[in-house]
Amino acid sequence: MGQHDRYDAIVAGAGHNGLTTACYLAKAGMKVLVVEKNDWIGGAAVSRSLHEGWTYSNCSYVCSLLRREIVRDLELPRFGLQVIPYEGGASFTRDGDYFAYHSDHDALRREIARHEPRDVDAYDRFSQTVIRQCRFIRPFLLRSAPDPTSFKVRDLQELLYLVKRAHGLGAKELAETLRFWTMSIGDFLDEHFENDLIKAHLAGSGIIGTGLGVYSPGTAYVLLHHYMGDVDGAIGAWGFARGGMGAISKALGDCFEEAGGKIVTGSGVDRFQVEGGKIIGVALENGDEYRAPIVASNMDVKRTFLEHTNARDLPEDFTRAVERFKIRGSSGKLNIALDALPEFPAAPKNASFLRGDLHCSTSLEELERAYDDWKEGQWSSNPYFDMLIPSQIDPTMAPPGKHMMTVFVQYAPYDLLADGKRSAENWTEERKKAFADCVFDKIEEACPDIRQRVVHAEIRTPKDIEREVGLTEGNIFQGELTFDQLLFNRPVPGYANYATPIDGMYLVGSSAHPGGGVMAAPGANAAREILRKLGKTTSKVATAA
Amino acid sequence: MMDGRIDTDSIAAVPTGLIPGPVQSRLEKISTAKSWGNWAGYVSPLVLDTVEFEYFAIRNQTTLFDVSPMHKYRITGPEAEAMLNRMVTRDIRKIKPGRVGYALWCDEEGMVIDDGTLFRFSETDFRLCCQESMHGWLLDAAWGFDVTIEDESHSIGGLSLQGPTSYSLLDAAGLSAVADMKPFDLREIEPGLWISRTGFTGDLGYELWTDWQQTGALWDRLWQQKQPWGLRAIGSHALDMVRIEAGFMAAKVDFQPVLTASRLGRGRSPLELGFDRLVDFTKGHFNGRRALLKQKESGPRHHLIKLEIGGFKPADGSLIYYRKKREVGHVTSAIWSPTAKRNIALAELKAPYGGEKINDLWAEVYVNEEGIWDKRLVPVTVVTDPFFRNDRARATPPRPF
Repeated sequence: MGQHDRYDAIVAGAGHNGLTTACYLAKAGMKVLVVEKNDWIGGAAVSRSLHEGWTYSNCSYVCSLLRREIVRDLELPRFGLQVIPYEGGASFTRDGDYFAYHSDHDALRREIARHEPRDVDAYDRFSQTVIRQCRFIRPFLLRSAPDPTSFKVRDLQELLYLVKRAHGLGAKELAETLRFWTMSIGDFLDEHFENDLIKAHLAGSGIIGTGLGVYSPGTAYVLLHHYMGDVDGAIGAWGFARGGMGAISKALGDCFEEAGGKIVTGSGVDRFQVEGGKIIGVALENGDEYRAPIVASNMDVKRTFLEHTNARDLPEDFTRAVERFKIRGSSGKLNIALDALPEFPAAPKNASFLRGDLHCSTSLEELERAYDDWKEGQWSSNPYFDMLIPSQIDPTMAPPGKHMMTVFVQYAPYDLLADGKRSAENWTEERKKAFADCVFDKIEEACPDIRQRVVHAEIRTPKDIEREVGLTEGNIFQGELTFDQLLFNRPVPGYANYATPIDGMYLVGSSAHPGGGVMAAPGANAAREILRKLGKTTSKVATAA
Repeated sequence: MMDGRIDTDSIAAVPTGLIPGPVQSRLEKISTAKSWGNWAGYVSPLVLDTVEFEYFAIRNQTTLFDVSPMHKYRITGPEAEAMLNRMVTRDIRKIKPGRVGYALWCDEEGMVIDDGTLFRFSETDFRLCCQESMHGWLLDAAWGFDVTIEDESHSIGGLSLQGPTSYSLLDAAGLSAVADMKPFDLREIEPGLWISRTGFTGDLGYELWTDWQQTGALWDRLWQQKQPWGLRAIGSHALDMVRIEAGFMAAKVDFQPVLTASRLGRGRSPLELGFDRLVDFTKGHFNGRRALLKQKESGPRHHLIKLEIGGFKPADGSLIYYRKKREVGHVTSAIWSPTAKRNIALAELKAPYGGEKINDLWAEVYVNEEGIWDKRLVPVTVVTDPFFRNDRARATPPRPF
């Protein structure tokens, strides 16, 4: 093995978190290599052209959580990243009406009043509660989670910070916070609102990406997780990355290469190589080997340790905890090329809310039933979807006058039930088509001409997401965002500080605190931990303002 | 009238209050924000719908803004070049026919009267566009030269079409002849319709100039191509954000035009505003030359500079401190830049701060947090490049988006 195969650090997986870690390490002067199994970088933050003229954000499709501290540190706009906010959204009903979520506050109040006058002020109180919770939690995103059992000075300091913040809330708010973190989104919305359609519209954020129903405890936190992002300080706002989500990965990749980093694509890690409890490098599937005293895995915790690490290099209780880690596929996706903008007969001709997120679920009950199907191993016969047509705003996604539509669908199981057996192998081409048909039927409730508009469609099941991106069971968050798997329990108790039982080996993906979404916080936090351990300055790594 | 209302038609021989520009009827129809400002006596939109979405339309799609209220002067005649070169600080002989150049002009003390864009139609035919009323000054400056000065402010309309898809929209509107125009090129694309590849955004964009009476029809022609290129009409608030990102200064905001300030010492020289490169001492005499030459030796009294501000809160109006103690200047314009994802500002510092001394500078930022003022001292960094820069602004032929 030549000298050129030795690095200061290797990052396994060019997802947005892996690339973020890589950027920070390279900018700190380290010689860093990123290895990626696909021929392209980005993990689940990709833009791909599968039909000529169209660009799909194949996996993740909207952007809000990406921490602006990181964008600023890494100067991602200089590498072409532009995030464009979108306006509002709507939930359509079967009888030709809709609830429009206007970004204009006055219009929103009028629209709520049109459906239920009592919910108008309720909405403002709901927003106040959510924003208050967001303010409480946001500073923790760019901090490592403290280990409450540790007596290390830093853990104690971090714990003290947590206690101080919690104490600052006062007894009543602290009780509210704990309730909020553990209750269901359904219960939370029932406490605030009367109208079913409004509740259904707001509930989506509580279940997206999650193997839980709207009445499952813990889903209120999932809503918070989706709200704690912002676009330019507008809390809860979402936007498109111009050019698709791959623009984020491209900017990170360019930043990394400018800092002297090297990316090798086309072969994934076969083995994390360990000697005497220490990481020494990686062996790729194509036989290439690279050496480094630091190896950071962007893969999820299960994939990293159960598939690519020798079990005998790990403590047994750690392996057991990793096996227990919940990471269930619950969502599918349709990426669709359209020959024209589909018609939404219910909406006014120039409705701006059509440029936002669109849904066809009308009650919490309906959403809960959709979850019941998933528990039974079926895709939801009446699915929830989060549908957007980004090409209305982003001119780079489709030819002029044509459109690109992204439809995130819930629920879809990883291990589909068929012939009395649950298995991912049951996702045959035929069943994928049937799944897509079911989604198209549902979309027709809002736009009856949708099927005539389709030029090309990519159908993605949890199985496809696992195969292509490498996310176990196709779980988009690299592990459920439930309280038992958050903060110092993420990914497993005792290992919340990005380190692992193997010396020099780190976990930098969304399996680690603070979890999933294209946030880049785990990647940045991990970089800070690595640099700290190496005795290097960490002042250049974003911390919460 | 007893009820306090006034019939505005019968007050004076001339209109009182704001008068409509050439496209006001169209703007009224699309305005949801009902937020109007005063631009040189005309009604001009501050915001038509939402600042945020208008801003992003400039940086993502394309936008239309009526610049007709701008002051416009035609300078023609065999000595037009000589007269203008005597007036402005740069050497305008370098601006060839079919080109546009940015220029500043000063009083005898070298203090800036205004800045503007100079359009050169031919060897002997120019138009000067600027914020301040300049008719009187131009007439004075023309004394002894064989030139004619005409105030076109109310006879020529202008529409600014700005954004990455602006060329595609012009193409769709049948104006693809602009394809080979480089930044600052000026051309008569159709009889009576001049287009320049100019703007105040730092992005791809064009300004279209035509007869005041034709401006409405031109607006409609562009507006018909709203789809698929995502045209949005905008107000001046969004425009103000992008001009700060582009690092452009605004008269009466970042500097005080010397003829409009009643207090002494408010004037600033081009050197103090950072435009050394637009002062040509070799071209012969020009207004303010002697004073500027003297200041070049003694050094400027102030520096108008670009700053990156710590934290995320815009530093509008902040005082700037050296070593957190000595007050050395203030912020003149500031925003959080949604595209650059930086907290940016223009600021005026007392020399030598912002010149030789650029370290250990701090901004005092005030944030109103729901009734409680939070005061933060944050570090600032002096930057030289524009905050926003994108190849698409300069690419020729222009890209479709």
